[in-house]
Amino acid sequence: MVIPILSLTVLGAVLGLILGMAARFFKVEGNPLVEELEAILPGSQCGQCGYPGCTGAAQALADGSAPVTLCPPGGRAVVIALAARLGVEADLSGVKDAVPSIADVREELCIGCTRCYKVCPTDAILGAAKHIHAVFKEACTACGSCVEVCPTEAILLRPVPPTLQSWGWVKPGSMPQPLAANEGVLAA
Amino acid sequence: MKLFKLRGGVHPEGRKASSADTAIRALPLPPQLYVQLQQHVGAPAKPVVQVGDTVLAGQLIGAGQGNISAPVHAPTSGRVVAIGDHPSPHPSGLPAATVAIAPDGEARWIEVDVPADPFALTPEDIAARVGAAGIVGLGGATFPSAVKLKLSRKSGVDTLIINGGECEPYLTCDDRIMRERAAEIVTGIRLIQLAVGATRALVGIEDNKPAALAAMRAAAAGTEVQIQAVPAMYPMGWDKQMIQVLLGREVPAEGRSADIGVLVHNVATAWAVQQTICLGRPLVSRIVTVSGGAVAQPGNLEVPIGTPVQALFDACGGFVSTPARLVLGGPMMGHQLTHTSVPVVKGSSGVLALTQAEIGLTQPAPCIRCSSCVRACPVGLLPLEMAARIRTDNLDAAVALGLKDCIGCGSCSYVCPSSIPLVHYFNYARGELMAQARSKLKQEATRKLADERNARMERIAREREEAAAARKAAKAARDAAAKATEKTEVIA
Amino acid sequence: MTPLAHSPHAHAVTSVSRIMATVMLALVPATLFGFWLYGWPAVYLWAVSLLAAILGEAAMLKVQQRAVKPAILDGSGVLTTWLLALSLPPWAPWWIAVVGSLFAVIVGKQVFGGLGQNVFNPAMAARVMLLISFPLEMTTWMPPMSQLPGMVDSLAVTFGGVQLDAVSSASLLGHVKTEFSRGLDLQQALAGHYAPLQALWGERSGSLGETSALLILLGGVFLIARRIITWHAPVAMLAGVALPALLMSLIDPGHYAGPVVHLLSGGVMLGAFFIATDPVTSPNTATGQLVFGLGCGLLTYIIRTWGAYPEGVAFAVMLMNAATPVIDRYLKPRIYGRTRKGETLVAEPANKDAA
Repeated sequence: MVIPILSLTVLGAVLGLILGMAARFFKVEGNPLVEELEAILPGSQCGQCGYPGCTGAAQALADGSAPVTLCPPGGRAVVIALAARLGVEADLSGVKDAVPSIADVREELCIGCTRCYKVCPTDAILGAAKHIHAVFKEACTACGSCVEVCPTEAILLRPVPPTLQSWGWVKPGSMPQPLAANEGVLAA
Repeated sequence: MKLFKLRGGVHPEGRKASSADTAIRALPLPPQLYVQLQQHVGAPAKPVVQVGDTVLAGQLIGAGQGNISAPVHAPTSGRVVAIGDHPSPHPSGLPAATVAIAPDGEARWIEVDVPADPFALTPEDIAARVGAAGIVGLGGATFPSAVKLKLSRKSGVDTLIINGGECEPYLTCDDRIMRERAAEIVTGIRLIQLAVGATRALVGIEDNKPAALAAMRAAAAGTEVQIQAVPAMYPMGWDKQMIQVLLGREVPAEGRSADIGVLVHNVATAWAVQQTICLGRPLVSRIVTVSGGAVAQPGNLEVPIGTPVQALFDACGGFVSTPARLVLGGPMMGHQLTHTSVPVVKGSSGVLALTQAEIGLTQPAPCIRCSSCVRACPVGLLPLEMAARIRTDNLDAAVALGLKDCIGCGSCSYVCPSSIPLVHYFNYARGELMAQARSKLKQEATRKLADERNARMERIAREREEAAAARKAAKAARDAAAKATEKTEVIA
Repeated sequence: MTPLAHSPHAHAVTSVSRIMATVMLALVPATLFGFWLYGWPAVYLWAVSLLAAILGEAAMLKVQQRAVKPAILDGSGVLTTWLLALSLPPWAPWWIAVVGSLFAVIVGKQVFGGLGQNVFNPAMAARVMLLISFPLEMTTWMPPMSQLPGMVDSLAVTFGGVQLDAVSSASLLGHVKTEFSRGLDLQQALAGHYAPLQALWGERSGSLGETSALLILLGGVFLIARRIITWHAPVAMLAGVALPALLMSLIDPGHYAGPVVHLLSGGVMLGAFFIATDPVTSPNTATGQLVFGLGCGLLTYIIRTWGAYPEGVAFAVMLMNAATPVIDRYLKPRIYGRTRKGETLVAEPANKDAA
């Protein structure tokens, strides 16, 4: 009775000691994980996750203090990639791919104050003082910073309608795919 | 001729009897034709006419753009009434660029240039005429035929196979065209053979079409074209299946049939080639099967390209009952049509109005791993495993199992006892992978922009600091100099 | 609003319930014969098994908050326990059937996630559990008797716990093993206990499903003809039993029974055509099923001959079920246009001289 208890205790202690020494002597300096996670995130520093930019979010993910579903613009693809890198389960139930949106300037309301292009993280807004501004579609990540600062609400996020090239089937069983509307018949 | 063994496949009910035995009828001209500018694989055509122009039948209205493209022509004489977006026959129903023509009813043709002896033409000339005529694969793939001819001639082709399979249920357009226009088809085949320099021309026809076999055999008698009956099964019309059964050769994955010296064309494409070379006519019409349990008089119609689908159903007596579903193409791979104002395009082989009983709708049940799908797959994939991976969003594992080799034939979904929508999963996954690739490209581009902006902001901030420091230093120097002169003044 | 539908817009006439019903149809001849051989107790046992399965599965689904009707109506739970009932001693008490059925549908199937998700064959898992937990009741076999108790008296047998030692007898395999341990050889052990024609026909001790090898075989051939199962797993399993039996009986006829004895005794026929062909727990491909069946057969023979138990089918099947994912991982079909490893084929260019 005594021997088994003693032998298992000694075994446990010795193995624990070995693990502790390994943790001390084989420790990896720095955290390459943070850089890898940052590379997965979209990188537009929009702040929707609540952390200071994508670097802050990556650090929080590495610490384990942030869930992998923290990035709304990233959509399902980013959640899956983060979960794969961190080795955790990704709960995709609440993650909806944001409807692809683009900022759009309503020219009749724009006063050319230039606040929006100063704040755009990807230089997607073209314009100058007292001139009406316009948005480069390819550069806009729909982070929403411009919408927040515009004094006249001239710039809004608008959903991008699907084209023949971007349309896709929805996942079977997830939601019904709507039928095409019978509209837009070409008329003389 | 010895035939080779095939793998997989299913045997759905043919349901061809209702439309197979009546001759092709001409369709009365509809009030408007909507000719899409992209009816082929490759770059869309660019319009070369304007609203208000009068056009003749066969006149060029859209020019091909780039190496892989095809022109489109006016199906009949009339006036161009609009150029813009019109719903396309795509499952999404999204609009596509279209030229709308109002026919004048006179069917006046352009001046045609007919060679005295078509067989004296050079292969390059044949390919050029086929390209100018806007001929694309009429079996449904719609790949520009001239490009295929040129590429095949470059790689070297020893066997030309003409695909008379038509394995989809209900469709009989190829059957009828073989029965009624066999002589022209054989001429077209010989012209294609000349254009690519093939030593042998074989026509594969399913053995459920005895009349077509007889007509083609009679027309090909005395020529080098060989007619061969092949077993009726789905998907016999898959070009690689046809090559396998006739020649026993396998096309490498991610490769083309030209890589193994074979070229495959549909019988209707061969007929279109004959019409172009011998009569100078571009591709402006095609045979379309109208069938299904809800159609009053199923049959085959010769349809001008751009005719709205509603006109086809009207010409076949309309509906006897409210159809449960409208389908463009065959039931195995065709798309649901949600409304009938979409036009017929070059690849439309059939329009079906199906009843509920014909569709056989049931609720999906759990997978019992019966492997019926594995036995049915002609490509040798594991549909049950791929679908299980896709259901849990593990798309990379599905790709590793061979998702990209799936041809979407629908055999697996057809036989699944649990009615699991297998092909739907695969097409969803492929679309999702493409969307993820696109969004990754965009993210890389926007990240670069964001980094450049950050660098620029930092540079501006740095320059500002340096300028401020320089100013401060200058001011300090001036102050010091002023102090020094003050001092000297005081002293002085 | 009806959603956008994806192709195909036609479907083969088949469904899970159709498949289950066809398999049950294939079992009917052997089951009825067993009822005739062993009388009303066998009928009650079978009925109790099926009832327990239906009620147990429904209760479990309710607890799991999953749809009850579709799961019960697809017939898979009923089929599982029908097979279990066929492998029980026909005069076993009712609670054996109940415990076994509940274990099969709840632990063997629903706990894993329902139809299609289990790793082990539920009927075999239940049988193994019963064999290990209640060895006495599970090895008490009745000889087919000319005087069978009537309907009412049989209630006492199944539900009343009548002591059966006085009339019980060993199954063939059990008897042979016991005689071997006493030092007798095969001829002596079989004398008076084994008549080949009777064994084929089924008039001897055993469970419902093992007595009429012929009727089981007929049911199996019917299923192959109707394309519910393929020939690969059954033929491989029968070969896996017969070939080593042939080999060993040629080497030492005194101590090793021949292939015919092995094929006609125990659950080999039932196992080959109805258990090893269970789609959920067997491999996806034909080659995989050959390997699976062969493994089941070999393990059955090994356990019967050198193991402690007289019958090895249930253990053999469960061991091969554990190997099924590995078999599926390594034995995949070759994809068109690719080599076995998945690389693109090398193209042979045009052969202009080909005639």
